[in-house]
Amino acid sequence: MSLSGACAIAGVYEHPTRWAPDKTEFQIMAESAKGALDDAGLTINDVDGLFGASMTMGAMGIVELAEYLNLKPTYIDGTNIGGSSFLAHVSHAAAAIHAGMCKVAIVLYGSTAASNAVAIGTGMGHGSRNPWDSFQSPYGMTTVGSYAMVAQLHMQRYGTKPEQLAEIAVTMRRHASMNPVAKMRTPITVDDVLSSRLISAPLHLLDCCIISDGGGAIVVTSTERAKDLRRKPVQILGCGESVCHQEIGAPDLLTMGARQAGELAFGMAGVQRSDIDLAMVYDSFTITVLSTLENLGFCKVGEGGDFVSGGRIGLGGELPVNLDGGGLSSNHPGMRGIFLAIEATKQLRGECGERQVANAKLAVAHGTGGTLGVAHSGATLILGVE
Amino acid sequence: MADLTHPKVHASWETRGYWEGAARGELVLQRCRACATVQHKPRGVCATCLSGDLEHFVASGRGTVYTFTVTHQNQAPPFAAACPYVMAYVQTEEGPRLLTHIVGVDPEAVQIGMAVVADFQSQERTDGEQFAVVRFRPAD
Repeated sequence: MSLSGACAIAGVYEHPTRWAPDKTEFQIMAESAKGALDDAGLTINDVDGLFGASMTMGAMGIVELAEYLNLKPTYIDGTNIGGSSFLAHVSHAAAAIHAGMCKVAIVLYGSTAASNAVAIGTGMGHGSRNPWDSFQSPYGMTTVGSYAMVAQLHMQRYGTKPEQLAEIAVTMRRHASMNPVAKMRTPITVDDVLSSRLISAPLHLLDCCIISDGGGAIVVTSTERAKDLRRKPVQILGCGESVCHQEIGAPDLLTMGARQAGELAFGMAGVQRSDIDLAMVYDSFTITVLSTLENLGFCKVGEGGDFVSGGRIGLGGELPVNLDGGGLSSNHPGMRGIFLAIEATKQLRGECGERQVANAKLAVAHGTGGTLGVAHSGATLILGVE
Repeated sequence: MADLTHPKVHASWETRGYWEGAARGELVLQRCRACATVQHKPRGVCATCLSGDLEHFVASGRGTVYTFTVTHQNQAPPFAAACPYVMAYVQTEEGPRLLTHIVGVDPEAVQIGMAVVADFQSQERTDGEQFAVVRFRPAD
């Protein structure tokens, strides 16, 4: 029996906090676990598969998390490939459940990046004593700087305009205005984006994601079992992963992990791009959205500027993207991949009120981990309801 | 743009040939004797065929700007004081792309495709190492 459709997301929870100086990462994860298990109609005693990652969990972090939760899982996976980790966890969980190695898996994330004043995008580039890092650290490589180099290349090669990138930020903000827990809900205009200060040219302040605290949880089980639980099962129809870097033979800075991961996921699911009702894609920066949509195959590389224009990626458009408001406006605690699958699940269950995509049956979620333009990972899920 | 003193480089036995070459004013790359791949960053094996039979060689130091960004915000010292500075990938004549800075030019005048040559900033160090950081400047 194929992995496609064998397992399902049975419960989700997005922690509503955006500022949690009074909480720890593990506490946010535990509160999220409770939320997702309640959503599914399960308890912590049902969990035998543990998956999790955060920006501060070290080599034994997943074991410490098991200790914190007093769990004794039969399957454990602390894969950390950056912000995309949680989408990889969902596919790993599906594979483990399908192989009979666990029955109920929980995927966890928590972060207090904002209340700990972590300068995620612009504070790197010094202090590392790792010889491998010395090829970056003398140059003050920032996260935003690396994405800016991708944007610069895209603009130079294809004539992509700052206004087109700005429309992505404007659209995410419009979606956030319909999300009661989003951090930034006041609508903005293209002019607002273009007149915000340059952080790393050509990216402006409002081309960049926000920094927040937050966390979430996802419960995965077999589709058969999920059918007996509280919520409509959201089936895991396709999944794929990838790693891209700038080493020998690297094809191009505009080829990202979404290409391989997307092809694998769409191939497993056996669906077409035109079948997709909504897309949740990692929006660390506006260019990330444009490049991801190109690499997932929704348009050709170079056509992303036109594709994101004219309302196409907004609610009511041809391919609504990031209905929660994304990292650009809702929340970005450093590794926001888990929220992509959580919002996709809520949309497919029809629970999103004002920002609900009508009759949503099929969604794609793609996370980028690490840094586009340097080394990064990609993980794609195709999710669907009957 | 304020003059930037780049943070200290840390070398392993795999990478010191590059930094010592830079201190001599040479852009040093690696070539695999088994499959002729030219590679950067330097390492103990060929990243194409995993052969350990590698040689260092002095590259031309010439290349073109592959892409770049003018950095206006970086909280980390010493970069904060050096903004705006130009971070770039340079496509070398020999093949590898190097992350670097473009210096000796108004940041607003930098263009993709611009011809550049390697430029070296020696590091003042107290640990006995002689290393330099590789930047690029417009070719004459």
